Amino acid sequence: MIPWFWAAAIIFGVGGLWISFFVAPTDAQQGEGYRIIFVHVPASWMSMFIYLVMAFWAGLGLALNTRVSGMMAQALAPTGALMAALSLWTGALWGKPMWGAWWVWDARLTSELILFFLYLGFMALQAAIDDPRRADKAGAILALVGVVNIPIIYFSVKWWNTLHQGSTINLNKAPSMAQTMLWGMLLMALAFWMYSIAVALMRVRAIILERERHTEWVKHAVE
Amino acid sequence: MNAFLATVRRDLLLALRRKSEVLTAVFFFVIVTSLFPLGIGPEPVLLKKIAPGILWVAALLATLLGLPRLFSADHVDGTLEQMALSPSPLGLLVAGKILAHWLLCGLPLVLLAPILGLQFDLDASTLGILTLALLLGTPLLSLIGAIGAALTLGVRGGGVLLALLVLPLYIPALIFGAGAVEAHSAGLGAGGHLSLLAAMLALAGFFAPWATTAALRVALE
Repeated sequence: MIPWFWAAAIIFGVGGLWISFFVAPTDAQQGEGYRIIFVHVPASWMSMFIYLVMAFWAGLGLALNTRVSGMMAQALAPTGALMAALSLWTGALWGKPMWGAWWVWDARLTSELILFFLYLGFMALQAAIDDPRRADKAGAILALVGVVNIPIIYFSVKWWNTLHQGSTINLNKAPSMAQTMLWGMLLMALAFWMYSIAVALMRVRAIILERERHTEWVKHAVE
Repeated sequence: MNAFLATVRRDLLLALRRKSEVLTAVFFFVIVTSLFPLGIGPEPVLLKKIAPGILWVAALLATLLGLPRLFSADHVDGTLEQMALSPSPLGLLVAGKILAHWLLCGLPLVLLAPILGLQFDLDASTLGILTLALLLGTPLLSLIGAIGAALTLGVRGGGVLLALLVLPLYIPALIFGAGAVEAHSAGLGAGGHLSLLAAMLALAGFFAPWATTAALRVALE
């Protein structure tokens, strides 16, 4: 499975980058600088979505006491943190020429920053507890408490009238952007999806091998 | 309900037998707020503007100071295990402990805030809003903090980790708490911010003892 997701990530990524750099037209107001959104928007989507998936696995692990769910949550956290960091970083790169500031204290930026801190807190808590079962459960509770933040980020541009613009893509009306731009963004989003799945699966495989290192089958598998 | 009141009474009694721990957090609050005018300079207009933020951040940190003690002593001497085994629900006892923590660490801050606000030249109505916002906000801080305290119970480097876990979750309370005072000063009315703060308090009041109990059971396994 993993090589397939890697291949898909690379194909979608190359296609998306090609469209976003060479096919998509220059924006009338923002010039060439807008092209950073082809990374920014998918990364922001993924950072929120990965947190939801992580919270889902965490909740499942708590409710049904399954072992792999905790490992899945642990495997997703670094990728989610990477996406949140990428989203903040590309946002800053975009904000400097467009808004004239690297950072503004706007509701969406602040809540994305909180999301990044939540990922870091989750990883720090898991790293600090030696017993992996306890680490999974403690992390799961923290992930479920933090899930309150996701709707706040998602709706922040609607609830507060702030600097960050509203979403340009809606399911129930035509997107307010050129068709090629939309395609580029969707391809990049798919590439980010595939990358996240591939990396999370690789990491969960490593975690399983590490936790089960005392068993017979791992000794055979490693050989 | 008896068990709840008994837990509150016990925690208050224990704290009053060792007053220094409670007073440390209160004096920390006083000293931190007094440091800002010394560091920034005695500019009345500027100080008036940043006063709500300073008081809120100081209250946040002062609450954080008392959090590691919330469960650690009971965990070390085994009281917590007895509580988990007792016939009355652990959630109720935990809620009692959180209330006691607020009475010891939160309420003194609320009562001191108007006096410290005078240092920053806030007028009477602003002081009223500030106190009201803290009155709604500090229980929220205790409730959220209890989850963090339970999660980091008996963990290596628990104190620093606790700050890392809890402070991001405190940000909404800080924004709306300090925002209420600023909105009032700007003539917009603090009602909206205070209502949101109260709504968060109601939600946390319901969910936080429950999450704390779950975290404690994980720690006690």
